[in-house]
Amino acid sequence: MSTPPPVHERESYIGQSVVRPQTARLLAGRGVYTDDVRLPRMTHVAFLRSPHAHARIRALDVTAARALPGVVAVVTGEEIARVCDGWVGTLAHFAGMKSAKQFPLALGRATWQGEPVAAVVAETRALAEDGVASVRVEWEPLPAVTDAETALDPATPVIHPELGDNLAFALDVVAGDVARAFAEADLVVRETFLTGRHTGVTLEPRTILADFDPAERRLTVYHSFQAPHMMQDILARHLRLPEHDVRVICKDVGGSFGIKVHIYPDEMATCALAVLLGRPVKFVADRLESFQSDIHARDHRVTAELAVRRDGTFVGMRLDDLTGIGPYSVYPRTSAVEGNQIARLAPGVYKLRDYAAAVRVVLQNKTPMCQYRAVGHPIAFAVMEGMVDLAARELGLDPVEVRRRNLITADMYPCTAPTGYFFERLSHEEALDKILEMSEYARLCEERDRLRARRVYRGLGLCMFIELTTPGPAFYGIGGARISSQDGCTLKLEPTGKVVCLTGVTEQGQGTDTIIAQVVATALGVRLEDVRVLTGDTMVTPYGGGTWASRGAGIGGEAALLSGKALRQGILRVAAAILACEPEDLDLRASRIVDALTGEVRLDLPELGRIAYFRPDTLPKDFQAELAVTRHYVPRHQGFAFTNGVQLSHVEVDVETGFVRLLKHWVVEDCGRIINPRLVDEQLRGAIVQGIGAALWEHCVYDAEGQLLTGTMMDYLVPLAAETPEIVVGHVETPTAYSEGGFKGAGEAGTAGAPGAVLNAVNDALAPLAARVTTQPITPEVVLRALGKLP
Amino acid sequence: MDTTVAIELAVNGTPVGRRVEPRLCLADFLRYDLELTGTHVGCEHGVCGACTVRVDGALVRACLMLAVQADGCRVETIEGVSGTGEVSDLQQAFAEANALQCGFCTPGMLLTAHEILQREPGADPARIRLALSGNYCRCTGYQAIVDAVHRVGGARGRETR
Repeated sequence: MSTPPPVHERESYIGQSVVRPQTARLLAGRGVYTDDVRLPRMTHVAFLRSPHAHARIRALDVTAARALPGVVAVVTGEEIARVCDGWVGTLAHFAGMKSAKQFPLALGRATWQGEPVAAVVAETRALAEDGVASVRVEWEPLPAVTDAETALDPATPVIHPELGDNLAFALDVVAGDVARAFAEADLVVRETFLTGRHTGVTLEPRTILADFDPAERRLTVYHSFQAPHMMQDILARHLRLPEHDVRVICKDVGGSFGIKVHIYPDEMATCALAVLLGRPVKFVADRLESFQSDIHARDHRVTAELAVRRDGTFVGMRLDDLTGIGPYSVYPRTSAVEGNQIARLAPGVYKLRDYAAAVRVVLQNKTPMCQYRAVGHPIAFAVMEGMVDLAARELGLDPVEVRRRNLITADMYPCTAPTGYFFERLSHEEALDKILEMSEYARLCEERDRLRARRVYRGLGLCMFIELTTPGPAFYGIGGARISSQDGCTLKLEPTGKVVCLTGVTEQGQGTDTIIAQVVATALGVRLEDVRVLTGDTMVTPYGGGTWASRGAGIGGEAALLSGKALRQGILRVAAAILACEPEDLDLRASRIVDALTGEVRLDLPELGRIAYFRPDTLPKDFQAELAVTRHYVPRHQGFAFTNGVQLSHVEVDVETGFVRLLKHWVVEDCGRIINPRLVDEQLRGAIVQGIGAALWEHCVYDAEGQLLTGTMMDYLVPLAAETPEIVVGHVETPTAYSEGGFKGAGEAGTAGAPGAVLNAVNDALAPLAARVTTQPITPEVVLRALGKLP
Repeated sequence: MDTTVAIELAVNGTPVGRRVEPRLCLADFLRYDLELTGTHVGCEHGVCGACTVRVDGALVRACLMLAVQADGCRVETIEGVSGTGEVSDLQQAFAEANALQCGFCTPGMLLTAHEILQREPGADPARIRLALSGNYCRCTGYQAIVDAVHRVGGARGRETR
C-alpha cells in the first residue's frame, strides 16, 4: 500500500474562499449572544463602582438599597470573598514578578475608578441600578498614583504596601556586546515614543449569565468569552466546586480581540452571586462600564537608540520600556506579557545581534492593562520601524534600501533572534518586493515629491513586522497558568452519513468554525456541507485553549486534520467490512466510498452509517465499527510559529489643521498555508483598521487624579467607514514544515504593523517641514505641536 | 404603585399591546418584552448604530427612543425585514463578501445599508462610506461592507432599468 498523498494535495477545500455557513443566522438577526439567553427566575446584577481612583471605604450602608422593591440582594466584598477565593496575577517564568491579591469586589479600599465595590441583584437591570443608586458609601480619598514615570519615586505612595514598592516586574534582555557595537558605530539615533492607552471596544460588551443549581451543586455559565476551558478551571478552583460540575458555554460572541480572555472581578462576582443566591444571575456591562473595566493596553513609553554605520548597516540597539498597568496584574495571563514582547519582538526583522532592552512594569491607579490583539507588536514595530526611518533620514539613505541591507535573508533560516525567538522560515525580502510592486511605490514617491512643490504634504510609511502565532506551552503553561496550549478535535460519523465536529478552539467572528470544517472535509474526503462544527462548550468539546494569540488555525486546524485522517481510516475499515475487501482498496471522496484505483462509487455514507449503527449483525462477528475519533495537537518543535509581513501607508497631512487623511493602505502577509483566503484578507483588514484607530484616534485619557475622561463612544474615537482607507492585501505563502497542514496564524498581523506604517507615513509627509511626531494617537494637536503651531 | 403606561403598536406587521414602564427604551422593549433579540445594544447612547430599527419607515436608534414614544407607531426590526425578504439581496451579498464577522453590528448595518440604497441607489463607495458612518463595526474594517452594499446598489439599479 502506498502512503496516501499529504492532505493538501488531494481534492481540497483548503485554499478556497468558501462562505461561512453561520453567517445566515447572524444576517437574519438570529444569532444567540449571551444577553439573548433567558432562564427561569433569572436576576440581573449591577455594580456600585468606585468613583475615585484610590480611596478607602470608611462605611458602606446597604439598608436603603435592600428595602427597594424588586431588589433580591445587596452583597458586599466581604460577603463575596466568603464564597470566592482571591487571585494573584503572576506567572513563575516572569522571575521576580509581583502583584497583590485581588477579590471580586473591593475589600476596604478601591484602587481604580470603576473598580466594583458592591453588587445589587434585582429582577431587572433597571431595578438593580436603582439599588446601586441607593447604596451609601463613605469614601476617604487617597492619593492616586497616575504617572508611570514617577511611580517608583520614593515620594510616591505605594499602592499595595505589602509589595514594598510599585514595581510589578522588571526585565533585562541582553544579547551580544552593545557597548562595543555603539562605540564602533558611525551614528547613533535616539528617540522616545509614547503610545496612548487603548481598549478593545468589542461591540457586544462583556456579558455573563451564571446559573447555579443548589440541588446538584452544578454551575452552568453562559459567557461571551474566548477561552471556555480556562474559565471552567478558574471558576471551579476559586468557587471551590469540582471541575466537572462547572460548565462554560460560549454562544455567539460579539467581538473579542483579546478583551474576553481575562478574569474580570465583576464576572467572578456574578458567578459567586449565583452560588450564593441559587438563582441565575446575569451581568451585561454597559458602555461606560466597558471603558472603565475592560482591560486597557498599550500605555508605554519607549526610548530607543539605534547604532548604525554610514552605509546604513545596523550594529546595535538599546531599548528602554516603561509601562503602567493599573493596580493589579491581570489574572491569569499577567500584565507583564506586553512589555516582554515589546522587548523581544522589536529587533526581530533584522540581523541585529548586539541588543539590550530594559522593561519596567509599574503599578498605578488606573484601569488594569493586559493583553489585547497583537500584544506588544504594534509598539515594538512602530518603535523599530520609526528608528529605521529616522536612521535613513539622518544618513540621507533610501528607507527601502536601509531595510534591505539589514533584513534577515532567505539563506539564514532557520535562525534564532538575539532575544531568543526561533524563526523557522520567514519571507521578508519577498514580502517587501511584493508590496513595492503592488503599490507602485516608486510612482507614489515621485507623486509625493511633485506635490510637495504645491505644498501638498503626502507621505509613505513602511512597517515590516513579525507576528507571534500558534504558541506552545512556553507561553503560559510553564509559568503555572492552567491555560491549555493543546487542542482536541472530535469527529463523529452520524448514522445518516453526516459528520459532527467538536473542537476546543472557539469562534468570535473570525470564521474558526468554517476553517475547521474546511480542514475536516478535506482530510476526510467529504463534502463541506456534510460537516457541522460545534465550539464553545466545556461539557461537550475536547479540552482546549480556545481562540487567542492566532492559534485557531495552527493548533485547532492541525488537530482537525489529524482527527479527519483518523476518522477516514475508521470509515474505510467499515466500508471494507461491508464490501468484503481491504480498506486500502477503497477511498473516500466527496462523501462517497469509491474504488481507490478506478474512482467507481462503491457505497454512500448514509448506507454505511445504516449498516454500522443499525445492522452490525450483517458484518463479521469479530468486527467492531469505530466511527468517532478524537485527536489532539500541540506545537512541540518550536515555541511559536512566527509569521511575517509588511505594511505601507499613504497619507496626506493638512499642515494648517493637523488632520491626517489616510489615502490607501497595503499589506503583504505570510501566514503559511492559507485555508480560506477571503477570511485571511478580512482578518487582515479588520486588524489593520484597529491598528489605524490606535495610531490616529483611540485614547483612554485620564486626568492627574486618575479620573477617566473618555467614558463614552463620543470621547473614545473608534474608526468609522468614512475615515478608513481602502486596504489592498497580498500574500506570500511559507507553510510551516513542523505540521502536516502547514498552517500558522493570521489574526494579529494587521494590528502589528499598521501603527508603525501610519507613523512613518506622517513623518515622511512632515519631513520637508523638519517636523516629527513620536506620540500615538497622532491627533491634530500632536501634529500642530510638531509643526510649532501650538505651544 | 403601578407606574406603567399602556402602549399599542405594530411590530413587524403584528399588532402588539403591552403595559410598560415610562423609562423603558424601545431597544429593551423589543429585546426583553417581545424577545426580538436581533436588535442589539452596543452603547446605549446613540453612537454605535447596533440598535437601528425602523419606526414609521424612518431609521431610529432604539436605545434613544422610549417604548412609550412608539405608541401608535409601525416598528420594523431585522427579524421583520428578514421575513419579508426586502433585504435578502443585501444579506446574500454580505455573506459572499464576508461583510460580517461577529455579526453584532450586522442587523443595524443591513437596515442602514437598505435605507442608503433606497435614498441613493447609485451611491458610489465614498458616499456609502459616509452614509454608513453612524454604524460602528470593530471586526471588518468596513471595506467588505462597502463592497457588498455597492454591489447590491448596482444590481438593484440594473433591475429597475
